Amino acid sequence: MTGIAMPAADPRILARRDEIVAGLRALVPGEGVIVSEDERRAFETDALTAYRRMPLAVVLPSTTEQVAAVLAFCDREGVPVVPRGAGTSLAGGALPQEDAVVIGVSKMARVLDVDLASRTMRVQTGITNLGVSAAIAHEGFFYAPDPSSQLACTIAGNIAMNSGGAHCLKYGVTTNNLMGVTFVTMRGEIVEIGGDAMDAPGLDLLGVICGSEGQFGMVTEATLRILPMAEGARPILFGFETSEAAGAAVAAVLGAGIVPVAIEFMDKIAIDICEDFAHAGYPRDAGALLIVEVEGSQVELDEQLARIEMIARQHGATSSRQAKTAAEAAAIWKGRKSAFGAMGRISDYICMDGTIPTGRLPEVLHRITEICDAQGLKVANIFHAGDGNLHPLVLYDMNDPVSLAKAEEAGEEILRACVEVGGCLTGEHGVGIEKRELMTVQFTHVELAQMMRVKQAFDPNWLMNPAKVFPLEMRFPSHKAAA
Amino acid sequence: MTHPVSQEATADVVSPLDEAGVGAIVLDAIERKAPLAIRGAGTRAGLGRPVQAARTLSTERLTGVTLLEPSELVVSARAGTPVAEVEAALAERGQRLAFEPFDHRPLYGTSGEPTIGGLVAANASGPRRVIAGAARDALIGVRMVTGRGEIIRSGGRVMKNVTGYDLVKLAAGSHGTIGVLTEATFKTLPIPESETTLVLEGLDDAAGVAALCAAMVTPFEVTGAAYLPARGDAPSCTCLRLENFESQLNYRTAALEKTLGHRGPTNRLDVPTSRALWREIAEAAPLLGHERRMIWRISVAPTRAAELVAKLRPVLASHFYDWSGGLVWIAVEPSEDACAGLVRPAVQAARGHATLIRAPLATRAAVEVFEPQAPALARLTRAVTAAFDPEGVLNPGRMHAL
Repeated sequence: MTGIAMPAADPRILARRDEIVAGLRALVPGEGVIVSEDERRAFETDALTAYRRMPLAVVLPSTTEQVAAVLAFCDREGVPVVPRGAGTSLAGGALPQEDAVVIGVSKMARVLDVDLASRTMRVQTGITNLGVSAAIAHEGFFYAPDPSSQLACTIAGNIAMNSGGAHCLKYGVTTNNLMGVTFVTMRGEIVEIGGDAMDAPGLDLLGVICGSEGQFGMVTEATLRILPMAEGARPILFGFETSEAAGAAVAAVLGAGIVPVAIEFMDKIAIDICEDFAHAGYPRDAGALLIVEVEGSQVELDEQLARIEMIARQHGATSSRQAKTAAEAAAIWKGRKSAFGAMGRISDYICMDGTIPTGRLPEVLHRITEICDAQGLKVANIFHAGDGNLHPLVLYDMNDPVSLAKAEEAGEEILRACVEVGGCLTGEHGVGIEKRELMTVQFTHVELAQMMRVKQAFDPNWLMNPAKVFPLEMRFPSHKAAA
Repeated sequence: MTHPVSQEATADVVSPLDEAGVGAIVLDAIERKAPLAIRGAGTRAGLGRPVQAARTLSTERLTGVTLLEPSELVVSARAGTPVAEVEAALAERGQRLAFEPFDHRPLYGTSGEPTIGGLVAANASGPRRVIAGAARDALIGVRMVTGRGEIIRSGGRVMKNVTGYDLVKLAAGSHGTIGVLTEATFKTLPIPESETTLVLEGLDDAAGVAALCAAMVTPFEVTGAAYLPARGDAPSCTCLRLENFESQLNYRTAALEKTLGHRGPTNRLDVPTSRALWREIAEAAPLLGHERRMIWRISVAPTRAAELVAKLRPVLASHFYDWSGGLVWIAVEPSEDACAGLVRPAVQAARGHATLIRAPLATRAAVEVFEPQAPALARLTRAVTAAFDPEGVLNPGRMHAL
């Protein structure tokens, strides 16, 4: 058994399962309510697969009104709810619990409206992240946030976790590209927040709903900022002898007034694993690698890359390779985007997600190696270097409980180190269950209590995704924090 | 002479020297059930509904840039630090606040130096907001004293951070109603080498806004998109700003001219003229010069902007569009309700929202300044505000009638 606790299921709810299912069936017809054990199993975990919990039932509503009816019903009955997009959370954000109803948005996945001139688009939130961009690609537009799971992950999940991606150095994360939502409260009220105007009136509730990890309510529709595609984009690959040199080059590029769309970093171990998998031509003799991508016309690309190359050379780049063709560019990105998958072929791993001030990079990388060495574990470092969002992959053996415990311990120490240097526990994956107990490392009890009061303003009975984000023993501010 | 929109009288102003001092004053206000008016230097004091408070808490003595790290694209400053000081410190290192802070002084006839705290409280973004995001988008960390008198932080100094709820966004644009900001941290961006503005003359509103939208959907990264209607003998100007490295700028300007060519001849403005133009737009200068006129700031999808303005034509004294048409500034002649009876329904029909940005105190007490909210949204807003300020001691009534 693994280390992260979940609250014991409420036997009073479990005892009423049939009655609750009947109530749900009255609200959502036919296959929209999933009851059989076999079918529920598909929902028992997310991308933090070491943790599994069979939900009481799964509901897949087809309309906002059904979502509202189901939430109001669960609120009245005191049944916890776990909202679900595609279940790609790496932090256990969508992990069910035995006494909770999972409400999925997968049946609401339509594009509702596209206004190219205003650069906005209205979608149902069960649409995948890539599905949004695919729907407007023929018009020369795209949706900017691009989490690695973009093929599968939904806009609902992106909003819940305020997802980022490789290109947010230039384009921002979900919250910077979200203009309005249809939001359903636990009481079942349907609330329009924001819209297709560039700023929203009143207190910025949209801003705090985005990234609330499904703890405030459910978002069934969203208005997204869409952007015209750049004329062209081209990555360049640099090899460096050391991580320190690569880190210094990143700082120098940004300091020189150049903001590339993406700067990605890999260390030696990650280079080898990705190269074995993707054959992208990564320099195997390098101690660290940077992928820098810029956008613009062909002339602009040449010029920007020449500037960047000069800076990289000044900071000790030992090799460089510009993508000459679209295929070469795709290969360079394939190695990076498949990194987690490639890693998964050779080992189980836990992926940490702390962010640090980029100036502290060399010392933090050094510390990560020390921490993992002390546990006898290997670690591969892959991260978004421009914004300091680290992704150390701590390798372990899932069949060996001791190894998992060690990996979790190392992961925890790495995150503590991130906070110590002025960073944070999670840059884009979210807290979920994974980093719940570590929240006290970054926040004071006063700060956590304030956040919980905000949750309580939205969800007074503490039923929305209740076992996430906050340390278990601190929850239920109605009893504690509000005192 | 008193400006017609001057702030409510403030008998007793306290200006603590540090965050702990802010905390003590808020706790005292809670204890005495004596609400506080919150302000920085007071340059935006005409914004919002009047506050009923015996005492004013000013953050203007909480000053100083506390972190400046250009290679990490980040700057922090205490709430009372003048915006100009932060901008100067950044400029020295070749960087800036990309959202182009909006300066309310000319609008309200106020003096003094706008502060970082006031900037955040008003989410005061200028023309570049159209592509670079608002102040709330650049804001990555805050420290504040809540209406419970507690010091909290949210966000931090790193630009990718989803640890805990994003209370940073709540603070931006909260007009001092959830907490007293004590420090703010922003993502910064490099100042491009050069800029130019393309101007198309003589288009009507609909054609002008259409040209702005056409420019915004090109890949040339237009960083300002405003339409200024004809005034007297001067023709209307459809203005599009480009900023970049010198060499790239030439390419992009030519490409944009080609895209817009069929809409009429374009002029290129040189750097000083371009800078001056956008500075004026970042102060709503095209509406100024008529102190008694009442001013609305309307947000709407650009594609519905010109049609909305056409409906408001009977009461328009002057107007202009920024943000590709997504932000419409209108001035009306003084009247009891600032023409809310016409403006509100028209804006709602266009699915936009309007703020009565300038009107005398009595008007702002009688007419909703901010867009009225649907009941469920109003309930959530009240509940979230109360989560920070249960006793209502911070700027009570500023955003909504009590």
